[in-house]
Amino acid sequence: MNFQTSELVVRYGRARAKALAGVSMEVPEGALYAVLGPNGSGKSTLMRALLGLIPLEAGTVRVGGRETRDWTRRELARVVGAVPQAEHLAFPISVRDFVGMGRYPHLGPLRREGEGDREAVRAALARCDVTDLVARDVTTLSGGELQRVRIARALAQEPSALVLDEPTASLDVRHEMSIFQLLRASADGGMTVLLITHHINLAARFADRLLLLNEGRVEAEGAVRDVFREEILESVYRWPLAVRTDVVSGTPQITPLSSVSEP
Amino acid sequence: MKRRFLSLLLAVAVLLAVFLSVRLGHVSLGTGDVFRALKGNGNPTHTRILLEIRLPRALLGVLVGGGLALSGSVFQALLRNPLAEPYILGISGGSAAGAVLVLSLGLVTVSSVLLPAAAFAGALLAIVLVFRVAASADRSLDVRVLLLAGVVVGSFFTAVIALLLSISEAQAVRSAVLWMMGSLAGASWTRVLLVAGYTLPSGLVLMGMARSLNLLSIGEETAGYLGTDVERVKRTAYGVASLITAAGVAVAGIIGFVGLIVPHALRLIVGSDQRLLLPLSFLAGAAFLTSADLVARLILDPSEVPIGVITAFLGVPLFLVLLRRSLSP
Repeated sequence: MNFQTSELVVRYGRARAKALAGVSMEVPEGALYAVLGPNGSGKSTLMRALLGLIPLEAGTVRVGGRETRDWTRRELARVVGAVPQAEHLAFPISVRDFVGMGRYPHLGPLRREGEGDREAVRAALARCDVTDLVARDVTTLSGGELQRVRIARALAQEPSALVLDEPTASLDVRHEMSIFQLLRASADGGMTVLLITHHINLAARFADRLLLLNEGRVEAEGAVRDVFREEILESVYRWPLAVRTDVVSGTPQITPLSSVSEP
Repeated sequence: MKRRFLSLLLAVAVLLAVFLSVRLGHVSLGTGDVFRALKGNGNPTHTRILLEIRLPRALLGVLVGGGLALSGSVFQALLRNPLAEPYILGISGGSAAGAVLVLSLGLVTVSSVLLPAAAFAGALLAIVLVFRVAASADRSLDVRVLLLAGVVVGSFFTAVIALLLSISEAQAVRSAVLWMMGSLAGASWTRVLLVAGYTLPSGLVLMGMARSLNLLSIGEETAGYLGTDVERVKRTAYGVASLITAAGVAVAGIIGFVGLIVPHALRLIVGSDQRLLLPLSFLAGAAFLTSADLVARLILDPSEVPIGVITAFLGVPLFLVLLRRSLSP
């Protein structure tokens, strides 16, 4: 399942500025594709546009070669699992029921969950290492547990692609590494993974390709070495930094430098 | 297991409440009297009391109580707010304004068929107004705007009611206040059929949407990613739950507490799965309101206590017990 956008333009409501101002990109099938960029650069908007949650002003979005607007929400949810940045639970709910919601696109209003659905939920829980948490209330989980449970819900959809918006925000080293490894393994298993993240060093280490957004435009796109160039990253993040090859991972990594002119 | 037991228990409670309601009252009937009257060979007075007064009243309690609790549960999920209840979006204000208007103009007496019609019209006006305000701000229906619009429209109707009452005769004011406190005293077969026509099909529609409502409670964006047509679900749920409330208010006035406390209490026992919560809310609301009406009739016999007083007196302690139990480890 690949994603493709062409000259994509999105504007929120009557805002003057475009959230996305002509974005063309392609996520190849089976790739771990990381979307980077400063706050407000249009990353989350790109996710919503890819999955047809917001109207497009211009351009096209294709999922699996078919325009997003030609998919019904249910059809799309059967092939793409998504984990948005934030969810605010209105009521307590058990981890089992929460992950079970991933089966929704496969069920009709009158069809009850069958053995196949329960098996998909079990597999997703095991994959994310949260089987022990099934009886817990989701609102009582720690940040790391919650993120893995949310990814398990997306995997329970049995999708062929995953889209995640900052799944490792505010997680400790162990949890962010375990999530990156999980996503890497999923991509190696043939799943297309689009990952929005601020962990640019981990993205450089694990991703196949990078997309660097800035003010709603594509600043750079391609293999890690093509995007990880000091002058590009410095101008986008507006901070001096150095790019060096890391001796442990063998991938380019950035080190932010002290700023001389600004505080 | 616990769920099946609770469903069965509540169903039995509804039947028991209806049975006691038709037996007990100013004239108490024996079980034998009830069955003889139902078979058509009983005492004619007993038969009339049973078929023309008590049975429609008990069934009205079942439908209005069940409908209020069911729509309360839907409003809580839709507005993602455990404090939401069926009247929160101005329906009570609109219907009361309609009822008070015709009462204060001296157009009708409390038993007239025009009164429920006026109340229903007022409720519909409130629903349409709130919806128009909430949906015009954006193309999508923002539930926060919906809540604000509902509260504001409700306040407007409260002002209308205050104005009407201030210029009304004392007798009309008394009728209006009694109407606003809610009562099942106006029960008739016509009203039962009217409410059933709105409540039962609407209830089935909402129960069919239970899974989508579950998804809404974990966030609209996620619900969309999981395959829900969020806008359609919100609009349908709002419209259908409002109609149930409007029909209930039209025939029984504003009966508080059922729509707030019943779904909330059930949530503490069985959790927030709407597939379970909606049918159980209907049963529990039905049993609760029918029982409350029975108490309201009996406690100061021959006069009646406003049913809202009883729902609060019975509901608050019950709710506090449940709340405490859910907080203890």
